[in-house]
Amino acid sequence: MWNLANPSVFLALTRRLVPWLALLTAALFAIGLAMGFAAPPDYQQGETVKIMYIHVPAAWLSTFIYGVMALASLGTLVWRHPLADAAQKAAAPLGAGFTFVCLVTGSLWGRPMWGTYWVWDARLTSVLVLFILYLGLIALWRSIDDPGRAARAAAILTLVGTVNLPIIKFSVDWWNTLHQPASVFRMDGPTIAPALLWPLLIMALAFTLLFLTLHLMAIRNEILRRRLARLTMIAAAEGDALSHELAAGGAR
Amino acid sequence: MLDIPHIGFIVAAYGVAFVAIAAMIAAVTLDYRQLTAQLQRLEGRRHPGDGA
Repeated sequence: MWNLANPSVFLALTRRLVPWLALLTAALFAIGLAMGFAAPPDYQQGETVKIMYIHVPAAWLSTFIYGVMALASLGTLVWRHPLADAAQKAAAPLGAGFTFVCLVTGSLWGRPMWGTYWVWDARLTSVLVLFILYLGLIALWRSIDDPGRAARAAAILTLVGTVNLPIIKFSVDWWNTLHQPASVFRMDGPTIAPALLWPLLIMALAFTLLFLTLHLMAIRNEILRRRLARLTMIAAAEGDALSHELAAGGAR
Repeated sequence: MLDIPHIGFIVAAYGVAFVAIAAMIAAVTLDYRQLTAQLQRLEGRRHPGDGA
């Protein structure tokens, strides 16, 4: 883990891993989508259950990514791992993206099943709060010039926001909600028929690998951005005109 | 296919997911291209003989 703190080692690892991960992700998406569209319709929801194959993996990822960011925040504040803040910063836009997919696909699933696009119940509202948290973290990173201060502030906000994760998970048990309770991760086993469960699990794996691939690529970009900022400062000190162009372009 | 109830909602959900995922992939890839191009320009300026 600490060996990966060396940016050159991380860049070399990313260069080797990303093409294979991208291929595996594409293959899993192809298999998952084919199985999902071949799966039988639900006895109550009919074919609209097909929205589950994108909504549920996106929902799982929205909280999983926040968990990754919380771990990276501990890495920044406690273990002071050199790449922890890059991992946290790189994950926030991806978390926002998958949470957006979760909210919109859930809304499009809710209209035909519940008769409404949106309701202010505990599950939907807590996921909306998660989406706003992601946007707030992205804004925080952009609004503080000093990377060290930005990393610490973002890490503290991320850790404060973890209180929302159990609320999201247990909201359907603690309050009366329109959203259905958990049907896969249950103490007494999944309540979904295997013909619907397998495509869902494969799509969940495909979404997870997609996040892993994009996260590695985004951390690599953060390392390059820091290298660019450092070189720009050196060039500026030497009076190079190009450094002013790059600084004006936002190389930070 | 078109006579499936609520097909519009299913197509819209998959469409939104596709566009959002494609946008994330494009953003990360374009960011990488832009950063490497800027780095090459800056490093080329600092070490003009390296590329020859």
